[in-house]
Amino acid sequence: MRIVIIGVGKVGMTLTEYLSAEGNDVTLIDTDQEIIDNAVNSFDVNGIMGNGVNFSVQQEAGVAHADVVIATTYSDEINMLCCLVAKKIGVRHTVARIRDPEYSRQFSFMLGEMGLDMIVNPELETAREISRLLRYPYAIRIDTFAKGKVDLAEMKIAPDSPLDGMQISDIQRKLQVRILVCAVQHGDTVYIPRGDNVLYAGDHIHFTASHRDLNAFFRKMGAFHHKLKNVFIVGGGRIAYYLARQLIDLGMNVKIVEKDEARCKFLKESLPKAQIVLGDGTDQTLLAEENFADTDASIAATGIDEENIILSIFAIQQRIDKVITKISKTTLTDLLEAVGLDSVVTPKLFTANLILSYIRALQSTAGGSVQTLYKLVENQVEALEFHVEKESAVTAKPLRDLNLKKDLLICCIIRKSNIIFPGGDDVIQPGDNVIVTTTSEKLTDLEDILK
Amino acid sequence: MNVRYIINMLGKLLFIEALLMLAPFIVAIIYGENTIIAFGISMAILLMVGGVSLLFPPKNNTIRAREGLLITGLAWILMSLFGALPLWLSHEIPHYLDALFEVVSGFTTTGASVVLDVEAMSYSCLFWRSFTHFIGGMGVLVFALAILPATGTQSMHLMRAEVPGPSVGKLVAKIRLTARLLYVIYVVMTMILFLLLMIGGMPVYDSLVTSFATAGTGGFSVKAASIAAYANPYAEVVITIFMLLYSVNFNLYYLILIGKAGSIFKNEELRWFLAIVASAITAVTINIYPLYQNFWHALRDSSFQVATILSTTGFATANYDLWPNFARTLLVILMFLGACSGSTGGGIKIARVAVIFKTAVNQVRKQLFPRTVVPVKFEGKLLGDQMQSGITSYMFAYIAVVIFSILLLSFDAFSLTTNFTAVAACINNIGPGLDVVGPTGNYAAFSPLSKIVLIFDMLAGRLELFPILVLFAPVAWKKN
Repeated sequence: MRIVIIGVGKVGMTLTEYLSAEGNDVTLIDTDQEIIDNAVNSFDVNGIMGNGVNFSVQQEAGVAHADVVIATTYSDEINMLCCLVAKKIGVRHTVARIRDPEYSRQFSFMLGEMGLDMIVNPELETAREISRLLRYPYAIRIDTFAKGKVDLAEMKIAPDSPLDGMQISDIQRKLQVRILVCAVQHGDTVYIPRGDNVLYAGDHIHFTASHRDLNAFFRKMGAFHHKLKNVFIVGGGRIAYYLARQLIDLGMNVKIVEKDEARCKFLKESLPKAQIVLGDGTDQTLLAEENFADTDASIAATGIDEENIILSIFAIQQRIDKVITKISKTTLTDLLEAVGLDSVVTPKLFTANLILSYIRALQSTAGGSVQTLYKLVENQVEALEFHVEKESAVTAKPLRDLNLKKDLLICCIIRKSNIIFPGGDDVIQPGDNVIVTTTSEKLTDLEDILK
Repeated sequence: MNVRYIINMLGKLLFIEALLMLAPFIVAIIYGENTIIAFGISMAILLMVGGVSLLFPPKNNTIRAREGLLITGLAWILMSLFGALPLWLSHEIPHYLDALFEVVSGFTTTGASVVLDVEAMSYSCLFWRSFTHFIGGMGVLVFALAILPATGTQSMHLMRAEVPGPSVGKLVAKIRLTARLLYVIYVVMTMILFLLLMIGGMPVYDSLVTSFATAGTGGFSVKAASIAAYANPYAEVVITIFMLLYSVNFNLYYLILIGKAGSIFKNEELRWFLAIVASAITAVTINIYPLYQNFWHALRDSSFQVATILSTTGFATANYDLWPNFARTLLVILMFLGACSGSTGGGIKIARVAVIFKTAVNQVRKQLFPRTVVPVKFEGKLLGDQMQSGITSYMFAYIAVVIFSILLLSFDAFSLTTNFTAVAACINNIGPGLDVVGPTGNYAAFSPLSKIVLIFDMLAGRLELFPILVLFAPVAWKKN
């Protein structure tokens, strides 16, 4: 695929890394020569310095023959304009990052009329992920497949957990819940499990389950008998805005601490049910005054990573049930687990995952196209959802007769509203959605699961 | 520093050199020459040394600018050290240092020779000598990037260190495809030249080796009198045109390939180059006309000599050492200008000269009107500070190397003209200079020390100084 990325910030750089590693022809456009030089040195891509809205710059970048243009500059308006120009030049697909809540209500208009094929809103996606985590606080991370029918959760096995020392094939029988473990991180190694693998305390497991089973499973794990009710958000940016809107709808009490007075007024105006506090969220006196220690969940979502980390460490000390930290730089993630911060959300990764699944879907050939894609365990595992459109090599035979690749697991088949954890006798049918996890090379089509 | 990556890459390059040595090996078989043993031994040694490096597969493919420079510098030195073996083992060049000089001169596309009687050498050795021009012209690392599977995502560092010019642009997003396209253009052009020369009546073997030497803008000829020996005006004109074609940035040929031929004349460097070529040919023709008394002959000789010097090839069809002083001086000045960036030619490069010229003109304006804002633009874009200071420091390093080399050469008892033009001809990868090293002269008379200095100059000139200079910088070898 020929892909042009306009605006090489955090998201642009992450996409550049993923997309070029998958063998796509990537060309970058940015106004900063230094950023271009840096990217060209680090990845096998081409770069052009210039304004991405400029017709001739886009022509030089080969937009006329490109498959996808992705606009991820700092400004929503520039992104829209880039895509509009690119569409006129003749690119087939456009993706724009649009963040402003004001535009988020008119996405359908923009998709139809403004030459955009896909819109991503990192802050909205982040808010959704945080809200999922607050509903299932025992999970470190929750993603959803099949329009929310199936959840993919990550959890760390506690030292006194019943899972410690349990064989994977025994989980369903012993705990009486239907979950399927689809990837395990044990120390520094990652593996796609088979029935005879044994889990240990300290392992991170990734598993799929329906909402009901997920609830039941977490109850069996013995934590959080009460629902989280009071949520404390520090930093009143876009994430806080989107998140508060969702949490208020779920009936939670939301308190937002924000430094900027004008922003506070805006938040109060648009979120009348939320409690808005003007002040510095890292100030301990303020936190004490606002009863921080008694809250159920703390969400550090300021624009500064360091502040977020410090606040979250403080929150853990105060024994707050659920602590979520927003981090922009991924270089720090290893450190965070060491200091006890499990639930870390990174907006750029959500955006990159979304765009990546969109591009994989464009590349699919026959058997079934990618619907959703998540990268797990620092990109070592991919979890993909395919939609099976018609008969193909994978639908012909029961699973036991398919010659599947190594390091690959068919986790789940979603047939209408049923969730099937497949055994050897099951057959994939047209119309199904199939969820697969793999550590091997990239899959663009369901047929790629075969050797 | 990723030592394992460096060792592994160097090993692979030695394998490639063994592979390339198959060509003269086959030539030796065809002509039934006993050099077959020398080439066989050399290939065996290359495979053995290269094989050892495979015992150290790299743990990761992360490289930075430092690894890129070190690999390039070391690769060229190693390739030369091993490439000299067949010439020395076959006793065609009795001293190893002389053989090394000859091969470095080949790889760096200089064309300076220490062989006294070229025509007495075997076909296979002469073939290898000319073939090194062809390999060195586009570069062995570019070749490696084109044929090796995944070399890591940061291999741009390798390409940048080898392709000449102040800034290296990729043709397409993928480095491997870029390298392949460059070689395809290079090989196709060489095949066309080969056919044209054969049609003109040059023997097949001579056409082939002359094509190699022209393609790399090298200059080795299998005749003592160089191209003049063929007394073939048609071949002279063809070679003149191709020498100029090879000194143009290859990115422009890619533009022609993708149907944007119209936009190549927007390239500012090309316009400077063509202007310099046209005015130099005119000036030299007028200046030498009294000697010739025949306009067409004077034009043919002057354009060939201007093209051979400016493209840094180093063929000869006339002994320009006998020309009037103005023409001789002009040719020496042209030696320094060199070809365009991204070509197979050497020299300072037109792009750098143009930028320095524009900066100087701007400075004059700034002296007169101190408050005016006069940005330097090149290729329609504003020059960044980094680019400008890069060119300035390059020029300083270049001048320093030239001065020290002349000083070291002065231990030999030759004239200043000889020493100066020998250094100029070597660092700019041309070959012949004036006086003792003139078109009919030779480098054999220099002392071993001078030869080592000139070997260094040739390598430094081909790789644009820094890949060679960093090898001597202690900081390059420190752990952090």
